[in-house]
This record gives sequence, C-alpha cells and structure tokens, in this order.
Amino acid sequence: MEVLKIATAGSVDDGKSTLIGRLLYDTKSLTDDKLEAIERTSKQKGYDYLDFSLATDGLVAEREQGITIDVAHIYFSTASKSYIIADTPGHVEYTRNMVTGASTSQAAIILIDARKGVIEQTNRHFFINNLLRIKDVIVAINKMDLVDFSEDAFNDIKADFEELMDKRDYQDQKITFIPVSALKGDNVVNRSQSMDWYKGQTLLEHLEELDLQDIYNVGTPRFPVQYVIRPKTEEFHDFRGFAGKVYGGELSVGDEVVVLPSMTRSKIKAIYFYDTEYQTAPRRSSVTITLEDEVNVSRGDMLVKVGDLPIVDKQLTATISWMDSNQLTVGGKYVLQHGVNKALAKVDAIDHKIHPDYSGIEENVSSLNMNDIAKVRLRLNKPIFYDKFKEHRTNGSFIIIDSRTNHTAGVGFIE
Amino acid sequence: MSTFAEEIKEPKTITSATRPNANALEHEAIYIMREVAAQFERPVLLFSGGKDSITLVRLAQKAFWPAKIPFPLMHIDTGHNFPETIEFRDKLVEELGVELIVRNVQDSIDQGKVVEETGKYASRNMLQTTTLLDAIEEFKFDACIGGARRDEEKARAKERIFSVRDDFGQWDEKNQRPELFDMLNGQIEMGQNVRVFPISNWTELDVWSYIQKENIEIPSIYFAHKRNTFLRDGLIWSAEDGVVFRAEDEKVEERIVRFRTVGDMSCTAAVESYADTIDKVVSEIRDSKISERGARIDDKRSEAAMEKRKQQGYF
Ligand SMILES: Nc1nc2c(ncn2[C@@H]2O[C@H](COP(=O)(O)OP(=O)(O)OP(=O)(O)O)[C@@H](O)[C@H]2O)c(=O)[nH]1
Ligand SMILES: [Mg+2]
Repeated sequence: MEVLKIATAGSVDDGKSTLIGRLLYDTKSLTDDKLEAIERTSKQKGYDYLDFSLATDGLVAEREQGITIDVAHIYFSTASKSYIIADTPGHVEYTRNMVTGASTSQAAIILIDARKGVIEQTNRHFFINNLLRIKDVIVAINKMDLVDFSEDAFNDIKADFEELMDKRDYQDQKITFIPVSALKGDNVVNRSQSMDWYKGQTLLEHLEELDLQDIYNVGTPRFPVQYVIRPKTEEFHDFRGFAGKVYGGELSVGDEVVVLPSMTRSKIKAIYFYDTEYQTAPRRSSVTITLEDEVNVSRGDMLVKVGDLPIVDKQLTATISWMDSNQLTVGGKYVLQHGVNKALAKVDAIDHKIHPDYSGIEENVSSLNMNDIAKVRLRLNKPIFYDKFKEHRTNGSFIIIDSRTNHTAGVGFIE
Repeated sequence: MSTFAEEIKEPKTITSATRPNANALEHEAIYIMREVAAQFERPVLLFSGGKDSITLVRLAQKAFWPAKIPFPLMHIDTGHNFPETIEFRDKLVEELGVELIVRNVQDSIDQGKVVEETGKYASRNMLQTTTLLDAIEEFKFDACIGGARRDEEKARAKERIFSVRDDFGQWDEKNQRPELFDMLNGQIEMGQNVRVFPISNWTELDVWSYIQKENIEIPSIYFAHKRNTFLRDGLIWSAEDGVVFRAEDEKVEERIVRFRTVGDMSCTAAVESYADTIDKVVSEIRDSKISERGARIDDKRSEAAMEKRKQQGYF
C-alpha cells in the first residue's frame, strides 16, 4: 500500500493535535481502549467535549501544559492509502522539531486560527515548508466555529496568505485552502453542515486524491554506499556487494557507472534484494549491488551513472536551519554529514540571515541562534558529491553535527 | 518468428519480477539496520522471542545477505516466558548461526540488585531494565536494536529512530536529537548508547501482514489454542505454568485464546480468538477494536507508565 507522510504546522493552540485526533476519530482509527482513555482524561479535566489532542500529546509535560513539545508520529489508513502524520509543535522554541517533522514529509497541513489570521508563526512555517520544497500544502483555516463559520473571515485570511505566496521561492508548490473546525469536525472527514458556501474538498478527500508519484521529486539516480558486504564463506568467496539505498531515479543491471570520489568506471553486474536478483533497483529501494570490475569502494562513496555526475566540490553555499542552543559562529568547525558520508566543515561566512519576523534579510551577522535560518558558506576538508537541493532532495541536504556535544545542530539545503 | 533455440538463450539469472517489492517500510528498516552495522562498534539486537523481534531478525537477514547478521542477539530473560517462545528462540538462533547472549532477571534478583514484586500485579517487566543496563555495560554495547513501534503507545510515538541514552540508560524525552530526511546521527560519547528502532513506522497490522507475506514462522502462542485461564479486571490470564498470581476465588476455565503480544507472562493477557492461521490473524487484527497494548497490564498502571519506564532505561 502507498504510504503518505504529512507534517502539520501552525502556531501554538491553532489546533494541530486536535485536528489529527479528529482525523483519527472520524476515520474510526481510534481503538476503543484509546478512545476510553481520552474520554476519561477529558472528563477529569472537566471538559464538556472530547479533547482529541490527548490522542497525540503523549508526554506528561505536554499533557500538563496542554501543548506539543516534540513530534509525535501517528498512523492510520484508509482503503487507498496508509498515512503517517507528524504532529509537530507550534511553539517558536520548538521550531527545530517542526523542521524535523517536515523533512520526511511529502505534504503539509498549515493551520491558522480563524480568529487570529496570518501571524508571524504562519509566515515562518510556510517559509520552512517552501524551503523544504514540500509539494502539496494545505492551509486549514481552523476554529471556524468561533467566527460563525463566516465566509468573509475565510476569504480575508486567504487573501493575506496569498500575499505570502507571491514572495516564496519555490513557486510550484500546490496550495489548497480549506475552512475547518477540528473540534467540531467540520470539513475534516465529513462535510460541514454550517458552511454551505464552501464547495471544495474536505481535508481527507484532498489527501485521498493526492498522487504519490507526482509528489516525490524525481531526479537522477544516486547510490550512496552504506556498507560493504563480504561474506567470506565458501559459497560466496569472492562476493563483494555494495549495500545502500537508491535515491532520485533507478539503476539497472548493465548500467555504466562511475564510483565517486575515485572516478573509476564500471558496470552494474547484479542487483540483489535479499537472496534474489533483479533487473532494476527502483527509487528508495535498499539493495545490494555488485560491479563487473574489482574496484575499490567503501562507505561514503557513491555510484552514479556515467554522464550524470553530481557536483564534486570542497566548497558549498547552503541555507541552514540552526537547531542548537550553542550558536553557530563564523570560523566554527563542525562535522558535516551528507547522507552517509562525513566531512569536516568550517564556516567561512554567513551571507545573511532571514529576519526573525520574516520581513526580509539581515546582513553582517557573525553568529546564528537556535531557530535562525541563514545562507552560509562552508569549506570542507575533502570534496563531497552533491546536487542542489532544488534538484535533489536527498543528495542536496546535509546535517551539521557539533563534535563537542555530538548533537545534530543544524540542517542545510545546498544551493 | 522465434524458434525454441532462440528462446532458451534468454538470461536465466533473473527472476520473473524485474524489480523488488515496493514496501517502503521494509526498505527503510533495512537501511536502518545497515546504518547500525556501519556506525557502531558493538551493536546488539534485543530479541524477546515476540513477533516484532522475529520480524527484526528477518530484516537483518535481508540487510546483510549473503553475509551472516553481523551482530549478536541478546535475550533479557525474565524467567517468566512462555515455554514455546524459548524453544522457538533456540531453534531460530541455531538456523541463523548467530551468537545468542542470555542474561537473566533471576540473577539480578539473586544478586540483590532488584527486589521481586509481590501481590496480585507482581511482574518482572520493570525489573528487566536493571538486567538490560548491566548487560549493556558488561558487553560495552553501543547500539541496541529493538522492535518498539511508534503506534504502540503514545510515549513511544515520540521516539526517534536513533534514540540516545545516557550512562544510566535514561531517555531525555524533551531534548531529543532532530532526525532529518534519512540521515541518522550515531555519534555518541563514551558510556552513552543508542537504542535503535528500525520498525518505528510500522503498525501492528504492517507487522502481521509482513509475517504473512514472508511466511515467517512464529511461536504457536500467537495462534488460537486451548488454555486454562482465569478472568481479572476484564482480561484473560494464563492459569498455566504458575507464573501469574491467582487468588483462590479466581476461577480457572478452559478457553480458546491467543496472545497478541508476548512480553513477560505476568503482564500479558490473552484474547479470545479462533484465529488459528496467519491469514485469520491478519483479518482479526484488521477488524480489531482494541489496540495491542490494551492487553498489557503494565501500561494500565498509570497514564504515563510507559514514559516513566523509558526514562529509567526500559526499552
Ligand atoms: N472552538 C474550537 N476550538 C478548537 C478547535 N481546534 C482546536 N481547538 C482548541 O484549541 C486548543 C488548542 O488545541 P491543540 O490541538 O492542542 O493545539 P496545537 O496546535 O496542537 O498546539 P501546539 O501543539 O501546542 O502548538 C484546545 O483547547 C482545543 O480544544 C476548533 O476547531 N474550534
Ligand atoms: Mg499540538
């Protein structure tokens, strides 16, 4: 079955967790015991309605404060698709967790509280979803029950949001506006009885229609080698297989390939998945490849098709989303993990950073704080083999590890 | 016009399917297994004998074929296992030719490190943690692969795929490392270790469907069978083997049951079921109105039971 990963976004209390709980409830995905637990806790808290956010806010601190702190992954399925929804926190302080949730998703739902309209956090989250080049974005204007289900309120917010859309970098992003009430269940799974003026799809109808083939960014095949398999048994005495996942396109037996960084050429001899040979390794398959020639290949190397080389360079410019409480500083040294390859990186310069209210850019900055987004130039101790993020999601991104703490301190999107 | 002679010149090495299946969850899990083998020096696969760990073993086989699984399996034995699962475990290890390490909760009790619980709800589930942490230290394991899934429980829904634990095995749930795209950061300090969850994104139904599709053998207690049982708190408990405490007024009756999870016997209840084949189990799970952990008394202790156990180093 097809799996669609979706991330939520929006400010604190806009109703992300409630919306996901509602989706689960209306698709009958909550089992009796989970539903009972929600009923029990809602009652204890003295609510006269079911607090669906309890379905996803799983940490004690979250329940106490009534906010989401870290991403929760929620699963449900319909007859046509399996869904994985990342319920992300709305609080500015936890923006890094929001980026995390969005990075593995193919679609995003941005919530807006109909009473508040477009606010700074809407701007920030839309910017991040656009930066990550999420193809399908749903803007769910929530809490319509609190604005008398007014069409004007919906249209005003939509118009404000459309202004943001003009400024975005990635223009091919598809954006759909849906008026909902997560609490009451309007236009989530079931059509609203109170908004006859809205003729579009409900949220679930929209998700059900998304074509997954369309949603993945297709690029050229890249095969980063994760692990070299050498069985050293009698039966497989000379077997040397390169284990990894194929990204961006597919590879087939007979394809002429180049091994990076050595630039040696060879041909794909066989493709294994477990103990069976196949003609083709499709995108995102975890296979083992053998080559015609005895070439030296180790972890971190990459197989690509002849004539389809990525950029091989020791310098790069990237947009970075900083996630650590220790600042990133010009001159700072870090470990850069690009897929399964690692290099040492030095920050040469910060070209500019996005102003915290997303109104423009700030120049002459020498350090970045947690949740800052900036354009940065890096110099590496050895060349890596990358594509631009807009051409290749996987091969165009990297993480930055602070070797003093081993924390994942940031994520970068190569320009 | 093609002749017979021409036809047999076609290559023979390739199967009828030209490309492997498109089970995204399986490809993801295999990728994670390989990252563990590549990034850590002393990984181990925690093997309980349950369906999730059996699934992990199959995924590990697939990840490294034709080589053997490049890490040992370890069973933290509560001493309260269903006998079927132990037999099954030993047979599987034999077939795979991998090393099996067993560490016993009973030893931790004998050494006075933990105290056996008493009373109606006595269980060794909590005690496992100490034995596990001791074994991690003994073997200097830096990565422990486990079969926990995010759909099991609301605190588990917050877990990362590589989840860093400190010297005390503690989970710092409010300060987890971001995990972006497919990139897994396994860098740790001395004394820390990483818990790895390759089937994080699988649901219970995904696991069962996989067992069905792959034709994986699992212990017989997962299938409907006759068993002497008694009722408590609306749940069905095994009255065999004398592990679960039973009060005199709790009447023993024979029922047709099966188990949905096989943790420690003392906290795993059975469900009434006639599903005696894998096909029937899959359809039963598909239609089920109760979650898998609905039959685990350890989670019912409190709203935050799982989170608390995880903070202490539990899986
Ligand atoms: N009236 C009304 N209230 C809603 C609606 N959706 C959510 N709420 C309420 O808004 C409050 C916040 O909802 P949550 O779902 O926790 O918000 P959130 O976006 O997940 O918040 P964070 O995760 O902390 O960012 C709760 O009290 C909800 O009951 C809605 O459609 N109508
Ligand atoms: Mg929330």
